[in-house]
Amino acid sequence: MLLDISGLRKAYPGVVANDDVAFDIAPGEVHALLGENGAGKSTLVKMIYGLVQPDAGHMRLHGRDYAPTSPKDARAAGVSMVFQHFSLFEALSVRENIALGLDEAVAPRTLSDRIRTVSRDYGLPLDPDRLIGDLSVGERQRVEIVRCLLQDPRLLIMDEPTSVLTPQEVETLFDTLRLLSKRGVAILYISHKLDEIRVLCDRATILRGGKVVATCLPRDETPRSLAEMMIGTTLADPPVRRAIPGRTLLKLTGLSLPTDDPFGVTLSGIDLTLRAGEVTGIAGVAGNGQDELVAVLSGEALVEAGMIRFDNAPIGTLGPNRRRSLGLLSAPEERLGHAAAPEMSLTDNTMLTGRVRQRLSTQGFLKWNVAANFARAVIAQFDVRTPGVDTPARALSGGNLQKFVIGREVMQKPRVLVVNQPTWGVDAAAAAAIRQSLRDLAATGASVLVISQDLDELMEMSDQFAVIAGGRLSATRPAGSISIEEIGRMMGGGEAA
Amino acid sequence: MMDVIGLSADLSLVTALSYLLSVLLPTMIIAATPLVLASTGELVVEKSGVLNLGVEGMMIMGAVVGFIVAVESGTPVAGFVVAALAGALLALIFGFLTQVLLSNQVATGLALTLFGLGLAALMGQTYTGIRPPQTTRLDIPEVSNFPILGDMLFSYDWIVYFALALVGAVWWFLNHTRPGLVLRAVGENHDAAHALGYRVITIRLAAIAFGGACAGMGGAYLSLVRVPNWSEGMTAGIGWIALAIVVFASWKPGRVIIGAWLFGGVTILQINIQAANLNILAIAAIVLALVTVVMIAFNLRTKSRQGWIRVAFLGALALLGWAMALTWPDFRLDSAYLSMTPYLTTIVVLVAISGDRTRAALNAPASLGRVFHASN
Amino acid sequence: MIRLEPRLAPSRTMMWGTPVLAVIATMIAGGILFAILGKNPVEAIWTIFVDPILDPYSRDELFVKAAPLVLIAIGLSFGFRAGIWNIGAEGQFIVGAIAGAAVGLAFYGTPAIWLLPLMALAGMAAGTFWAMIPAFLKVRYNANEILVSLMLVYVADQLLRAMVAGPLRNPAGFNFPESRLFHDSAVLPLLQGMPGLTQYTRVHLGVLIALILVPLAWVLLRKHVLGFNIQVMGSAPRAARFSGVRPSSIVYICLGLSGALAGLAGLFEVAGPAGQLVPALPQGYGFTAIIVAFLGRLNPLGILAAGLVMALTYIGGENAQLDLNLPRAAISVFQGMLLFFLLGLDILVRYRIRFGARGIAQ
Repeated sequence: MLLDISGLRKAYPGVVANDDVAFDIAPGEVHALLGENGAGKSTLVKMIYGLVQPDAGHMRLHGRDYAPTSPKDARAAGVSMVFQHFSLFEALSVRENIALGLDEAVAPRTLSDRIRTVSRDYGLPLDPDRLIGDLSVGERQRVEIVRCLLQDPRLLIMDEPTSVLTPQEVETLFDTLRLLSKRGVAILYISHKLDEIRVLCDRATILRGGKVVATCLPRDETPRSLAEMMIGTTLADPPVRRAIPGRTLLKLTGLSLPTDDPFGVTLSGIDLTLRAGEVTGIAGVAGNGQDELVAVLSGEALVEAGMIRFDNAPIGTLGPNRRRSLGLLSAPEERLGHAAAPEMSLTDNTMLTGRVRQRLSTQGFLKWNVAANFARAVIAQFDVRTPGVDTPARALSGGNLQKFVIGREVMQKPRVLVVNQPTWGVDAAAAAAIRQSLRDLAATGASVLVISQDLDELMEMSDQFAVIAGGRLSATRPAGSISIEEIGRMMGGGEAA
Repeated sequence: MMDVIGLSADLSLVTALSYLLSVLLPTMIIAATPLVLASTGELVVEKSGVLNLGVEGMMIMGAVVGFIVAVESGTPVAGFVVAALAGALLALIFGFLTQVLLSNQVATGLALTLFGLGLAALMGQTYTGIRPPQTTRLDIPEVSNFPILGDMLFSYDWIVYFALALVGAVWWFLNHTRPGLVLRAVGENHDAAHALGYRVITIRLAAIAFGGACAGMGGAYLSLVRVPNWSEGMTAGIGWIALAIVVFASWKPGRVIIGAWLFGGVTILQINIQAANLNILAIAAIVLALVTVVMIAFNLRTKSRQGWIRVAFLGALALLGWAMALTWPDFRLDSAYLSMTPYLTTIVVLVAISGDRTRAALNAPASLGRVFHASN
Repeated sequence: MIRLEPRLAPSRTMMWGTPVLAVIATMIAGGILFAILGKNPVEAIWTIFVDPILDPYSRDELFVKAAPLVLIAIGLSFGFRAGIWNIGAEGQFIVGAIAGAAVGLAFYGTPAIWLLPLMALAGMAAGTFWAMIPAFLKVRYNANEILVSLMLVYVADQLLRAMVAGPLRNPAGFNFPESRLFHDSAVLPLLQGMPGLTQYTRVHLGVLIALILVPLAWVLLRKHVLGFNIQVMGSAPRAARFSGVRPSSIVYICLGLSGALAGLAGLFEVAGPAGQLVPALPQGYGFTAIIVAFLGRLNPLGILAAGLVMALTYIGGENAQLDLNLPRAAISVFQGMLLFFLLGLDILVRYRIRFGARGIAQ
């Protein structure tokens, strides 16, 4: 065995992240680590990579005791890791970024040559002199991988590597990983995407509540059986829903917005029509203009009046509160710091977006009691687990906070609701509840716009469908009339056939 | 023309020019040296992602400690060394509070300034009105005596050359060494640097101490060479101007020198105009004319319409100033207005540099001023 | 090993406990400092912190000193909450004093009831204008408000010198750089006869106004949407934008408000205790008010208490200067230390301190 783990335990105040975890990895094996958010996957790999030290238990690498106290120790022992949120420096070049990840100093020119050689070898083309800030998400991941490969690792840990890639980029990545595996490098592959695991991995270890609940051969399992092992209950199929679109509520015509952020995305020529009772899905790789599009719709970024029409009235120049009073509400992607103020209480956070539409103030004086009651209603209706309305937002788990954020907007009875990545980083049960609430909202005659990187989610929810790439939006298509391959091509920037 | 400005008419152009180069230029460079030192130190601190607003406090501590040690020991070198140590020590209080106890950097920097000003006043009480021992000059008889050039280039004490060498060393360190790369990385994204296994807090503490040492030396240069004596509150905002120079320099070491010389120039000119009791209208007209010429040169390359409108406006203003100077040749302004110029220049320069948001965002360290706590 | 463990929610106890702890720690550290200076530490601390409270005249003076600190600190606290750092309150204080004095002198000898309100308006307008310069430059040109507002302190200081040497100089003052003494209706009335005050009190109308402003500021902060928006802006700027707050308007409001209050404080100082415009008018209130704002937890009620504590160090410091021959600068050191301790102890609000090693594989 390459890596052998037994009895690993790690506790944080109030939560046992890992408890008596045991599994092993053979050289050249692609081993999946599967589990919901909060199942303890990240804590486990952080211990293997030396970022966190276990409270109890043993790790053996190549048959020798292995107890890394820093990532440096881990790298010296041949363990490398590609993070989900890349540990890259935007204002530095590819070469400088890679140099930072190496433990020995290499002359700049030699390093550039080695980067070119390795990246060609594994089909991951890279220019060492470009700034990270100018690279696409896929290219950034290449930088991380090449950085690991230059150290000649025996075990490569990959944390949710495909969550930011187009289907085509995923294929390229898998080719690289298979090549590595053929050359004897073991890969610990963390994911909750069951199809990928079945295609790629030799074995899978499934974590639930910090414990190993099963080890299996993914090829012999169905996505459904894997998911049930992961969640611990049997899954029900979502009800089939057919919407009859009503009249047009929101219409974007030739919407364009230049960016002044050096690493931002310029929106150009976006046309979109949202109708009552309909769920519209927009797919796209992160960083292709989703945030900018939400900002334009919420009123955080202003455009020419006629570019956005609500009930046929031009609203492009109206700020967030004027749009809220009309019934156009939104929930941005970043929960902490954008959709909610982390340090402030849930009552405060209710006031944040509910003041206008729920009449939580008179003459500018705030009615805190009414706000607290509304917050309590959201908490009750959306099953938000929290000690009370005075709890700061950051104290809530990701899923609970997301339920609160979505609930806060849904319960204001919007006529159009825009949500960005509604279930990102949310456990399966909460994700299902959020999707259901959005579908229910559409059933009452509102129009819902869902922007997501999760294609399965979009396919399941949407009545019509579009793809955003490079700040441009494709034409909308009825759901069901478009294949995953086509969507993948469009996400990569190509138009659908 | 000389009459309008207020200079005596028999002054020849040659005398004026040689005065400018062999007297004004050296004093300007001396006036700029504390800024070169303090700004270079702060630049390294900010490159590591920390905003230390306590430069003024560290400078005045350096000024008083350097002065006391130099007077008591009789050796200015000892004064500079201990001033650097004192600056670093004071900076480490800031470092401990912001890096270990995670306090707000803006507030803590202010506290450092208030504390430093008070402590320096307390320590320096019995040292006002004393002359410090003289700091040795670089004296190479063959070149130092060379007319004009000797004064321009070789007439300074060793700190001036040390400060310039320090800028070069910092430039080389940041751009061509691995520890320099790590320092920049920490300032760019401390979470990523931590994830790669770099010791964010240790690196930042080292940078903070270095910044403090530089500010301390800069302060000692004020009290030992530039003025030279000790008086309460003698830094008079120079520490804050040093912070502005870092912004002006877009976090690039070489540009720190330009910024510091600009402010040194403004300060010295202002003092000389005050002393010579010149007609400020004429001086303003001349300065405006010079700016117009620079803008014309600049515009010949960019050829923007708006630029030419600005040139025309400034040129007209210069002519108007000259006309006013001719009308009131005896116009003299209270010296207090002239004393405002270094501070007003700072504001103007800050505005000019910060206006371009894109460039500011690219050069500024992305983690600047953010609190880092390793939560694993 | 000592380590920090984040709390789920900030501790309310520590929120108000740490300022008290900081004052106590400063007393201890100050005692050590005085011992080094060769003074009896107990006597020095007693003189600074207790004697002024026991002595009725000093007690009155406490309010006179605290009033400008509280006024300025309340203004600053709104900006600090929004993450807008007006460090130049001293400059706004000075121009407020200049403008108010100029109005008072322009109507020299006019016995009018409207003169003081007019002077107050002029002082507030001047302070607001002075603070609007960094606000405008920040909004329009992205210039750092800390540096701009601070540079303007030095400019204001020179402006004061130019004014007392020029336009506002006392014509019968033998070329001395100071204005003439204000006539009666340009001087703030004293609150003689108010219960609790001494017969020769210097407590003036401005103190009363500062006291009235405290609850008003509290209502603005806690009960009004403007105060709420300011807090969101400082706590989570992106969330603030999302909720519909325009960052530029918050910059203008916060700097304008603090400028107006600092200008008013300047006017109260010149039309109150000083009674004329002198170059020595600014005594660093604008900077000390920063400490007051933090010590009072950026809360108007807390600031009132903190202003009184800080005034105590001023009055006590002056007494100690006379009685114990303690250097004046020792008080600045004292105040600086107080802010250090406060900022350092702040960690107890958001983190718990844990002793003992982290668990390691057995």
